[in-house]
Amino acid sequence: MKGVAGFLRRIGAMIRKEFIQLMRDRVSFAAMVSIPLLQLILFGYAINTTPRHLPTAVLAYDNSALTRSILAAIENTKYFSITRHPVNEAEAEHLLRSGQVLFVVEIPAGFERAVRRGESPALLVSADATDPVASTSALAALGRLVETSVRRERFNLDDAPEGSGLEKAPPPFEFRTHPRYNPAAVTQLNIVPGLLGTILTMTMLIFTALSVTREIERGTMETLLAMPIRPVEIMVGKIAPYVMVGAMQAAMILGAAVLLFNVPVVGNLALLTVLTGLFILTNLSIGYTFSTLAQNQLQAVQMTFMYFLPNILLSGFMFPFAGMPVWAQWVAETLPLTHYLRMVRGILLKGATSADLVQDILGLAIIMLVAMVIAVKRFRQTLD
Amino acid sequence: MNAPAGAAGGVPSARHRAPDYAIDVRGLSKSFGTNQVVRNLSMQVKRGQIYGFLGPNGSGKTTTIRMLCGLLTPDQGTGTCLGLDILTQGRAIRRHVGYMTQKFSLYADLSVRENLEFVARIYGVPHADEAAREAIVALGLEGRERQLAGDLSGGWKQRLALGACILPQPKLLLLDEPTAGVDPKARREFWAQIHDLAAGGVTVLVSTHYMDEAERCHEIAYIAYGELLAQGTVESVVTASALHMWRVTGPDPAALTRELMETPGIELVAPFGTSVHVGGRDRAALDIAIARFAGREELVWRPDRASLEDVFIDLINRSRDNFR
Ligand SMILES: Nc1ncnc2c1ncn2[C@@H]1O[C@H](COP(=O)(O)OP(=O)(O)OP(=O)(O)O)[C@@H](O)[C@H]1O
Ligand SMILES: [Mg+2]
Repeated sequence: MKGVAGFLRRIGAMIRKEFIQLMRDRVSFAAMVSIPLLQLILFGYAINTTPRHLPTAVLAYDNSALTRSILAAIENTKYFSITRHPVNEAEAEHLLRSGQVLFVVEIPAGFERAVRRGESPALLVSADATDPVASTSALAALGRLVETSVRRERFNLDDAPEGSGLEKAPPPFEFRTHPRYNPAAVTQLNIVPGLLGTILTMTMLIFTALSVTREIERGTMETLLAMPIRPVEIMVGKIAPYVMVGAMQAAMILGAAVLLFNVPVVGNLALLTVLTGLFILTNLSIGYTFSTLAQNQLQAVQMTFMYFLPNILLSGFMFPFAGMPVWAQWVAETLPLTHYLRMVRGILLKGATSADLVQDILGLAIIMLVAMVIAVKRFRQTLD
Repeated sequence: MNAPAGAAGGVPSARHRAPDYAIDVRGLSKSFGTNQVVRNLSMQVKRGQIYGFLGPNGSGKTTTIRMLCGLLTPDQGTGTCLGLDILTQGRAIRRHVGYMTQKFSLYADLSVRENLEFVARIYGVPHADEAAREAIVALGLEGRERQLAGDLSGGWKQRLALGACILPQPKLLLLDEPTAGVDPKARREFWAQIHDLAAGGVTVLVSTHYMDEAERCHEIAYIAYGELLAQGTVESVVTASALHMWRVTGPDPAALTRELMETPGIELVAPFGTSVHVGGRDRAALDIAIARFAGREELVWRPDRASLEDVFIDLINRSRDNFR
């Protein structure tokens, strides 16, 4: 009996101590509250696996009442949202390759006339099929929904009695869909390049996130600060070795992607190398910034994790970017992984060029600069 | 606090005297939150001197040293280190100051040699590897240069830290309890080395809790509750205390100590083996107090001179009265 009492007393003391320590660590506490909340909000509101309102470009060589009502019907399916009106095929191609739109609908010249003559002309729909989740259901909806609604409206076939044969009449026009880049809808082709970005994000962040806090925790920061070395010099010195580590990891993952998963390399490998370097640097800078903000290593890890979560969920890695509400897309634009995923998928699968990726390159560079400036400004040169 | 006025007056004279003072600070104050840790502290240390910095735990020694080398920004006060402004020229000061932290703060996961080379490179010492090797020989760490610094014994860590500190040949050394946990022989060697450095023109500010080390300094300062209570040569500090001391020997020193403490007129009682140190600043009152014990045959009274420790205990007793 006495043994049990002692057992419970010691456990009680231990629980008490742990609890005090837990409550004293504000960041840990914040992490405990915010991680579930963040997940709930992101999964609940932002993520949609049957995405709607996907950005679509219309290349219209024929502008008529019929084409207008077809476009209206396309938007009425709720799967498509016509955001761009390119003037030629080159522009349409650029929009698709840079990921600004997922579909290009091309209306050939003389379309209406051809319909009236009963030639059953084709509307050409090119889809970015790199992410099968995003494009498949939309494409499926296209033929069915649009056709019936256009028939209804233009040809008043509503009243046609069941079995009269009229609704079985040959369709007035057809959709010719053309899934691009990943025509076989192989999920790996989308996931594996994405993994390159995801793995790099996690490892790079953790490396530098611990670097400053480790020195503070071990007490070596006091000696370091008393030496004639500038904050920028400390930052560059701490980041540089990991650029090499990151490059090595990237090469490994890319090799495995090509050899094991048959991911094609359509675009320019040199461009991918340079942009991967930029991405690695950006993540290292962000990790370093966390390191200057956190009080200890545990906090640095928690910050990294809190940051990693939206990167995974919002960047388009797990769920289609285009399917998220606008606010979530804006949040995602501030995350490096979002930009890098467009780059790596664009270059590997679509053969995107630097001109196609200008916006994402700029986005990444800005994020990196902001992180570095914050890190240098936040770096405490004194122990105050 | 009269710090701002003192500070304003201090600047021109500080500039004027810069050549002969390695440290010249006036009116330094520092608070952490509401806790004022250093109060209106002024300190002048001549070049080439060994300056002892003493005071009880938590009195603000480390905080003061950190302000001197720019690791903490003083809330108030101004001053110079090596003629450079501590508020604006921190970087230049760091190049010429060696700071040895109280807690071991070299890289535990680097070897002895790697630590020394790192320091040499940061300070731009020419031929860093050569300089590191010489330092290893000077430290007597040959054969152990590949050992991880974290695996050294406590005393050896202190010696390595000092070696790293003097490697870039600083003009001013700030040593925070460098001999804590160091054996007597190594301590003696350490002080011999400090005196060599001082003879070569290096100024040394060294904090310590050891009285014998204080006596090896050219000048000392005593700080308690963040306030500098005494400053000068050991001799002058003892004299300035105006303490009169007796040593009394008897059969039961513990009981005697309790009895003496309750006797009015006696300000200081310190048991010392079989004898007890008794003192006060008012000579007449002390004599009257001792006269009460005149009939006690078993007690032997002898006049004594105040030790540095007596002086410090008296100082802290009195400052506690002022602050509590
Ligand atoms: N970063 C800090 N934050 C809050 N309080 C601090 C900090 N650093 C020091 N203090 C407080 O300042 C006071 C003086 O500390 P300091 O380390 O200067 O004393 P010290 O004289 O070096 O003591 P010791 O002889 O024990 O080394 C202490 O009460 C300490 O708690
Ligand atoms: Mg201290």
